[in-house]
Amino acid sequence: MTSTTAPLYGLTARFDSEEKLVEAARVIFAEGYRRIDALSPYPIEGLAEIIGQRRSAAPLIMLIGGIIGAVTGYGMELYAMGYFYPLNIGGRPLNSWPLFIPITFELAVLFSALAGMVALLVLNRLPCLYHPLFSVPDFQRASTDQFFLCVEAVDPAFKRDHVRELFERLNATAITEVRTG
Amino acid sequence: MLNLKSVGAEPTGPSTDPAEGLLNPAETFESVSAKIGGIVLERKHPPFWWISFGIAFLLLMGLLYGITILFAYGVGIWGINIPVAWGFAIVNFVWWIGIGHAGTLISAILLLLLQKWRNSINRLAEAMTLFAVGCAGMFPLLHLGRPWAFYWILPYPNTMGLWPQFRSALVWDVFAVGTYFTVSLLFWYTGLVPDLSTMRDRAKTRFSQIIFGILSLGWRGSAIHWKNYQTVYLILAGLSTPLVLSVHSVVSFDFSTAIVPGWHTTIFPPYFVAGAVYSGFAMVLNILIPVRYFYRLDELVTPRHLNCMANVMLTTGLMVVYGYIMETFTSWYSGDIFEQYQVINRTIGPYGPIYWALILFNVLIPQLLWSKRIRTNPVSLFLVALSVNLGMWLERFVIVIVSLHRDFLPSSWGIFAPTGWDWLILSGSLGLFCSLIFLFIRFLPLISIFEVREIIASRTEGAA
Repeated sequence: MTSTTAPLYGLTARFDSEEKLVEAARVIFAEGYRRIDALSPYPIEGLAEIIGQRRSAAPLIMLIGGIIGAVTGYGMELYAMGYFYPLNIGGRPLNSWPLFIPITFELAVLFSALAGMVALLVLNRLPCLYHPLFSVPDFQRASTDQFFLCVEAVDPAFKRDHVRELFERLNATAITEVRTG
Repeated sequence: MLNLKSVGAEPTGPSTDPAEGLLNPAETFESVSAKIGGIVLERKHPPFWWISFGIAFLLLMGLLYGITILFAYGVGIWGINIPVAWGFAIVNFVWWIGIGHAGTLISAILLLLLQKWRNSINRLAEAMTLFAVGCAGMFPLLHLGRPWAFYWILPYPNTMGLWPQFRSALVWDVFAVGTYFTVSLLFWYTGLVPDLSTMRDRAKTRFSQIIFGILSLGWRGSAIHWKNYQTVYLILAGLSTPLVLSVHSVVSFDFSTAIVPGWHTTIFPPYFVAGAVYSGFAMVLNILIPVRYFYRLDELVTPRHLNCMANVMLTTGLMVVYGYIMETFTSWYSGDIFEQYQVINRTIGPYGPIYWALILFNVLIPQLLWSKRIRTNPVSLFLVALSVNLGMWLERFVIVIVSLHRDFLPSSWGIFAPTGWDWLILSGSLGLFCSLIFLFIRFLPLISIFEVREIIASRTEGAA
């Protein structure tokens, strides 16, 4: 339950269109605020860059996952077939690499996909079943047709009245103070 | 509210808009969420759901009975024997895994090719993939003489000091199908998360709020979340593309690495993959057309979607025809009497009528798809898709059984006739598949809501 004495989490503004949200994010970022979050019912091209998000680390994590998978796959096959229990199958060399490719490939894909899932959860800090933003009135419409912008109070530049003034100038439909409680 | 009605309805002459005809122009963010979410949240299920689910569930019970008897008495209850030791279980395995190819093709390859029409059908197709691969994965285990020892094929530390033989295509199969199932599951669930948050926010009862709340992981549509999400989703699509091509190729190695005439051919991997996509699209249509009709989703799944899917089916069908022609040509050209006899036996031998039925269902009837009237009419398209599904099952039958029943020496010739248990387990697997599909329609959003929103948003931008 929100209580008025709980510390301030931030200030949110609700917008009724994608264009207004993008414009507002641009202005707020230009005013020097850095702890910003923009919430929308579908991905908006370039919005993360506008609020200062640089490249996602996910591709690197997935690449590393894929390499680990490939090395694991090939290493397991070579160890089992070449050293642990060498068997002559149809006169093929013990390191019969063409036959080891399918499993190497499959494990590379598997590990990379699993790494991607882990990257997605860790980078997005999910699961997070409770978040202060969920107490914002009408926030459930952020998953249908409304767009929200939040400036967090932890931002060193955060000045409540200044943010409120900016939001008003940017045609926000509603402005809410969010408490952490 | 965005005023989308006036924007979408304006006639702009011959349009080059890739989203043209994919959505009724009157649809808004709210109406789409209400329509798709309502199927799950409002519990108004047409009699169609209850009747279909009831039939599917009965067949599923038949499957459980069949499996129980199978485990109690062994594979001798089936029609298999030497030389035909691979019977319906393998036919069904190959058929189901083929059906499981359309989902990933639609979600991954068509995503990379920027085909917007995939957005309204990818969710159902992905779910179908998962369930089809689940049905497929069951059969090799049932096929084992000692199913309780199935895990011996996995590399795990054991006191017997044994490893699986990694040079065997059968072991590759375990890795290919296992990876395919896992990656499809991740892909499907990742795609569901934003929609589950929509469901959470629209849910009216406390129970469904909690369930959807947990499943959606607390998704709140933050721009940073979306960015990571899209990055991961795109790379998953890139990974799934070679994966989906590899799975049926590996399945085809199970056959083509053997020396059996009719199996030992290099055309198998591409021919199996084309056949897989062919039957997969046929199954998507067989499910989507009734669902679209009974849940009144014509505004989200439009004639253009049907047309696009029919085109993919026609194209892959022609690749399969090329496979049939090459198979016949190669056996003649090889000069090998066993290969040549195999073709004669396939066409005029004891199973000849099955081969000609396969040609009818898989080659001749699908040629109707050259007509646009047939492609955009749901009833005719449904019937053609049904014919393809049947034809593809017969194709697997011809490949597996007809190739095996004439061994090299006439003393090892035999005839396979399926028993009632074979049919019970085949129909039971259909029951399992359909039960899962109907439960999915009942409990999860069957069309990707946020991706349809993207179509609406792009249309608004284009017109503005």
